[in-house]
Amino acid sequence: MLRDMIAWAAAHGHDLEQAAGRHLSLSLTALGAAILLALPLALALVRRPSLAGSAIGAVNVLRTIPSLALLVAMLPLLGTGFVPAAVALTLYGLPAILLNTYTALREVDPDIVEAGLGQGMTERQLMRRIKLPLALPVIFAGIRTAAVQIVSAATLAAFIGGGGLGELITAGMGTLDMPQLVLGGLAVAALAVATEIGFALAERGVRRTVGSAA
Amino acid sequence: MIRLEQVSKTFPGAARPAVDRLDLEVPAGKTCVLIGPSGCGKTTTMRIVNRLIEPDAGRIVVGGEDVTRADPVQLRRRIGYVIQQVGLFPHMTIAQNVATVPQLLGWPAERIKPRVAEMLTLVGLEPAQFLDRHPRHLSGGQRQRVGVARALAADPPVMLMDEPFGAVDPIVRANLQAEFGAILRQLAKTVIFVTHDIDEAIRMGDLVAIMKDGRLVQCAPPEQLLSAPANAFVADFVGADRALKRLALASAGDIAAPGEAPAGAPTVAAATSLRDVLSILLAAGADAAWVAGSGVVTMAAIRTRAALKV
Repeated sequence: MLRDMIAWAAAHGHDLEQAAGRHLSLSLTALGAAILLALPLALALVRRPSLAGSAIGAVNVLRTIPSLALLVAMLPLLGTGFVPAAVALTLYGLPAILLNTYTALREVDPDIVEAGLGQGMTERQLMRRIKLPLALPVIFAGIRTAAVQIVSAATLAAFIGGGGLGELITAGMGTLDMPQLVLGGLAVAALAVATEIGFALAERGVRRTVGSAA
Repeated sequence: MIRLEQVSKTFPGAARPAVDRLDLEVPAGKTCVLIGPSGCGKTTTMRIVNRLIEPDAGRIVVGGEDVTRADPVQLRRRIGYVIQQVGLFPHMTIAQNVATVPQLLGWPAERIKPRVAEMLTLVGLEPAQFLDRHPRHLSGGQRQRVGVARALAADPPVMLMDEPFGAVDPIVRANLQAEFGAILRQLAKTVIFVTHDIDEAIRMGDLVAIMKDGRLVQCAPPEQLLSAPANAFVADFVGADRALKRLALASAGDIAAPGEAPAGAPTVAAATSLRDVLSILLAAGADAAWVAGSGVVTMAAIRTRAALKV
């Protein structure tokens, strides 16, 4: 079996490389978009507590939708291909970042906030100099969760023609090509684990620079 | 100078005002201690001065300028602010914490640096040792010293201090009270100081303002508050031992007179408080004590001093 897999990889090196590259670009695009959407949204919600309740509720509903359902739901709206897959994965990664950012910003020690206001900081300065740096480790933890979720869910993008390592699995399943199927599965698992470890290391670095809020 | 004129504040949903038509004036360079039972409005009153709480009515004057409608952010940069929980920024070094207000005011770096070192020295922290440390590496007393250094950094004429020594142990508290009392007097700061500890109020205040239900009951120098409480509430609040508290305000040197003490009489230093002298005399069964270098203190003199002028 192992020998079959190596043989398949040697014969289809280009396909494997392309699928992995597509998987990564799909994941990175979705993660980047999720960060760019979630951070400003969380900042806006912190400033408008009246809206926050319903918005957080909506995001929690979004979180309960399975990734495959989210991907398939894109079909009638955006068709098949890279863009609908990226949009679905963005929506899938959004909740973890948004909820972590919102919670972390709201839970900054009120005494520290009062001290900042009392020294004459504007709301903006308070956000930039105090709240964001103190919330950063938790925000980063949210990004890490989202990254792993997106990398895993990107496997399903193959179902709507989004490409990625999932194609190896679906193709392998269609032709009962066991080496291809298992290789695809292992590649996805390795990518997810690498993402988790890479972000965990980076997160430790962030925590060290920011310091604990003791 | 800080003056509040007919200031009122009712919080939404509250049955009665937290602060009710309050008039208070703290002369320049003086420390006024606000004290009273919890819920009396002392902290609210203090926070109205730097507009962390907006009053419903009344006027706030700081240093001769009506600041009731002034930009609160600019106002706060001119008012030092110290709170019980200190609120140091945990992700910044001690140097960065102390530099907060000068930085907000846009001081150039070459002016901030020496100022930060000067402030740390002032509050008894060796700059070389503390500048680059983080708040989590400091003891409670050291943190509060940094809190005061931060509040003083931009040399604000006015300081607000909300139970600044409430979170440290009694020995550290006594040291901080003595040191910071001296620093604030030396720098001629106008201070509003909130506490619930009457001994601290008497020790720190040029004026002590007793509040109840959002109103000022009596505002007077400690000596007068103890000798002539305005009503039963104040008398009760300052405590049944107010005669002893008054004795604690004066020292043996203040009332020492030429004379002779009987053989075997104890000797006390001129700086010993009369309260301690009384205790020493009671313990020794003596009627008089020698005061080193300035005569004697007699039991009769202490009794006269302690008698309440009602």
